[in-house]
Amino acid sequence: MGLLDQKFDNSNIIITTMDDLLNWARLSSMWGMQFGLACCAIEMMATGASHYDLDRFGTFFRASPRQSDVMIVAGTVTLKMASRIKTLYDQMSEPRYVLSMGSCSNCGGPYWEHGYHVLKGVDRVIPVDVYVPGCPPRPEALMEGLLKLQEKIRANSSVRTKSA
Amino acid sequence: MIPSEIAELLKARFGGAVVETKLEGVIDPWVKIAPDRIREVATFLRDDKTQFDTLMCLTGMDYTGGKLGVVYHLASTPLGHKITLKVDVPTDNPHVQSVESVWKTANWHEREAYDMIGIVFDGHPDLRRMLCPYDWEGHPLRKDYKVPEYYNGMKVPY
Repeated sequence: MGLLDQKFDNSNIIITTMDDLLNWARLSSMWGMQFGLACCAIEMMATGASHYDLDRFGTFFRASPRQSDVMIVAGTVTLKMASRIKTLYDQMSEPRYVLSMGSCSNCGGPYWEHGYHVLKGVDRVIPVDVYVPGCPPRPEALMEGLLKLQEKIRANSSVRTKSA
Repeated sequence: MIPSEIAELLKARFGGAVVETKLEGVIDPWVKIAPDRIREVATFLRDDKTQFDTLMCLTGMDYTGGKLGVVYHLASTPLGHKITLKVDVPTDNPHVQSVESVWKTANWHEREAYDMIGIVFDGHPDLRRMLCPYDWEGHPLRKDYKVPEYYNGMKVPY
């Protein structure tokens, strides 16, 4: 079932559910938080640039957590950075989503054994919605991750009660 | 000047401050200096006819067996020659004179050596940790360093 359920011939009235409308609005403008930590950020910037053009999914980067919907954790999360990530996540307004990009932020990546300074997965400090594997993931992989997140948002229900 | 000439110059001028030299069979010929004379030697090498105006790198070392060290790679831009200085200190009392007043480059390099190896540079104006957080415990590049179980409530091992 798409967004558009019914259409009247004689006026510009459409009928849909509140959930579908909200979800459509949210998934069509997932503003990312400008947040590059390591080499994954280069791929993220490439994805945002003209060749891959992230804007066509409604995603573009904001410099403030207050204006962002999606935090793309792109790169190695050091222990020094982890507490700052938590603070930035807390500053984002809800609904907020986290996309963990690359092996480092998924699970520590190449630093999993000897990286005394690396947090072994950003999901140890903030909840993660989508994990994108790769070292670093190609722009196609990041876009796939964002599309997966769109699917997740599409299944959200903000209005309906849980029991219904 | 070739390294042996520089070593002879230092021996003639500072005598006992030159602990050891190795000038043949190594890529970077080096002169080992006593830790409480290094600033004096560095100032001389910079201002005298050797004209070592550049500290290319300052490295902290853990040789294990109770010995730490600092390695200074010097270069002279006007004369195009190089020399390496070394300093050894015991692990239980790792104090070396700072050369920050001689080459400003040493400021951050000495902070890094302090952060990673735990060498204390006497006379450094701002000897804080460089890379690790200020509340970090231990010096991670020591060979006997153990990774902490937790840091600020975050589990560190995989």
